[in-house]
Amino acid sequence: MAADHLEAAGLEVLDRNWRCTHGELDLVASDGCELVVVEVKTRRSTAFGTPAEAVTWRKLARLRRLAAAWLSAHDEHPQSVRIDVVAVTVPRRGGPQVEHLKGVA
Amino acid sequence: MALGRTYAVALVGMRAHLVEVEAHLAASIPAFSLVGLPDTALSEARDRVRAAVVCAGLTWPNRRITVNLSPATLPKSGSGFDLAVAVSVLAGAGLLEAGRAAPVVHLGELGLDGRLRPVRGVLPAVAGAVAAGRSCVVVPSANADEARLVPGADIRPADHLAQVAAWYGAEVEVPDVMAVADTTVSPVTLPEADLADVLGQDEARRGLEVAAAGGHHLLLVGPPGTGKTMLAQRLPGLLPDLDADASIEVTAVHSVAGTFDAAQGLVRRPPFEDPHHTATPAAIVGGGSGVARPGAASRAHHGVLFLDEAPHFAAAVLQSLRQPLEHGELVLHRSAGAARYPARFQLVMAANPCPCGRFAGKGVDCTCRAEARRRYFARLSGPLLDRVDLQLEVPLPRSAVAPGESSRQVAGRVCAARDRARARLGGTRWRTNSEVPGPWLRGHMGRKDPVATELAHAVDRQWLSLRGADRVLRVAWTIADLAGAEHPSAEHLGEAMVLRTRAGVL
Repeated sequence: MAADHLEAAGLEVLDRNWRCTHGELDLVASDGCELVVVEVKTRRSTAFGTPAEAVTWRKLARLRRLAAAWLSAHDEHPQSVRIDVVAVTVPRRGGPQVEHLKGVA
Repeated sequence: MALGRTYAVALVGMRAHLVEVEAHLAASIPAFSLVGLPDTALSEARDRVRAAVVCAGLTWPNRRITVNLSPATLPKSGSGFDLAVAVSVLAGAGLLEAGRAAPVVHLGELGLDGRLRPVRGVLPAVAGAVAAGRSCVVVPSANADEARLVPGADIRPADHLAQVAAWYGAEVEVPDVMAVADTTVSPVTLPEADLADVLGQDEARRGLEVAAAGGHHLLLVGPPGTGKTMLAQRLPGLLPDLDADASIEVTAVHSVAGTFDAAQGLVRRPPFEDPHHTATPAAIVGGGSGVARPGAASRAHHGVLFLDEAPHFAAAVLQSLRQPLEHGELVLHRSAGAARYPARFQLVMAANPCPCGRFAGKGVDCTCRAEARRRYFARLSGPLLDRVDLQLEVPLPRSAVAPGESSRQVAGRVCAARDRARARLGGTRWRTNSEVPGPWLRGHMGRKDPVATELAHAVDRQWLSLRGADRVLRVAWTIADLAGAEHPSAEHLGEAMVLRTRAGVL
């Protein structure tokens, strides 16, 4: 669903759930000449905070390391790299809400 | 672009600076940062504001929030920015009409429940906002009385953050809360004691009257139990009410010091401060980390600073009074900037004649050695004693003396004398005889005047130093004002000399 949202926003999804020894990247996409590393966070309710709040600085640092690992493993040469967060809230009633936060770090 | 802005006021000492509070909300990982040199209390505003907004029934924007306090180079302190920070964030989030909140100044601390708590220094802050052209000010209701003392200010007292948000069109239910009461400990105001309580001591009473009329600094020397402290405490009762400007100045100092009770309105009576003799320099001249707060000397601005047992004060404390005695203000430099407080007080010191206190009259009961007596007063002498125009001996009174005049009678004469002095000094920046420099006084008398001749004579015979002559002349003018005379006569000069003289010291 997050991938659909990104593609609707005009991004091209390159990879999903890519794993290496450091951890996992949820989505890797390209936005023109920019590589976008996407973290997808899903919550059922906001009682314990919004999904975006669950992305800590430590998590962002790991995403940066993983982005470098992904680039060295693939033959892609983007001009710049960006980290986005897609926050998905799935309430009990009603459809899921998707929020795309661009360039968080 | 999600940007909200409003105004607050930063106080550095008594100087108010209008601060623009801007909030930028970015679509990113939720965070809240506060920039613009906040101190610890102000940094904690982040947590208070967040809790208050949620408790007020509003949604906390899920954004990366940056609040800037501009000018960003001015160090800011205290909790008084909470309301402005909250309003700017809500305006940036579009939860209230940004255009209506932007031109208003917001002062006040927020409780976690969203209630507005009173802050110190509201009077100078509101005055600063009005002077900067922002007359519409939201204040906590506990500070409303104080804020309304500023002429030209449009004060909106508020109890709760939700109430403020609702004014700007936020869709929020205003909870029915009890306003936070002002917690300022109001100084204990004793009913002004009456001079009629002092038995006997005609000379000292006369000296007190002269001191009140001319604003002269005063030293009272006498054995224990003769009424030195009683006399000093009755000096404020002889002084006239403060005029409008002085009243606002004094109130502002007490507002910053946190010793002002707004329920009683502007401070109109001259304040009286009597610090204990163990006081530190910081307690007297003002101190504290960050920006220094006013001390006893500033709180006694336009009033009386009474040092009981003056020789027991630490030498550093007595020396620290030289700057305010000279300039009438105190400049205190601390890490967060220099605070400037007015400190134009009338100094009254009381002392025993010697360490054992019995060196009165012929001094037969005294057990002190001559050297100990000398050393006792050596602490006071020098630059400090130089500025004391009146030095009075308070002897042991005789029994069964009739009570003297009441404060009201004496205050009437003092007021008349001050009016005469003011009329004469009209057009100058001095108000009382004690402030006038010697050359001006001499210049207004003429060289041929018998008083001038007599003074010159006394100087030639080395009875008086030149500085001492100026001081005697100042007192003589005050005595002439009290007597309703145009000019001091030889008789007035004689009395001035007697009032200056303590145990033959001129």
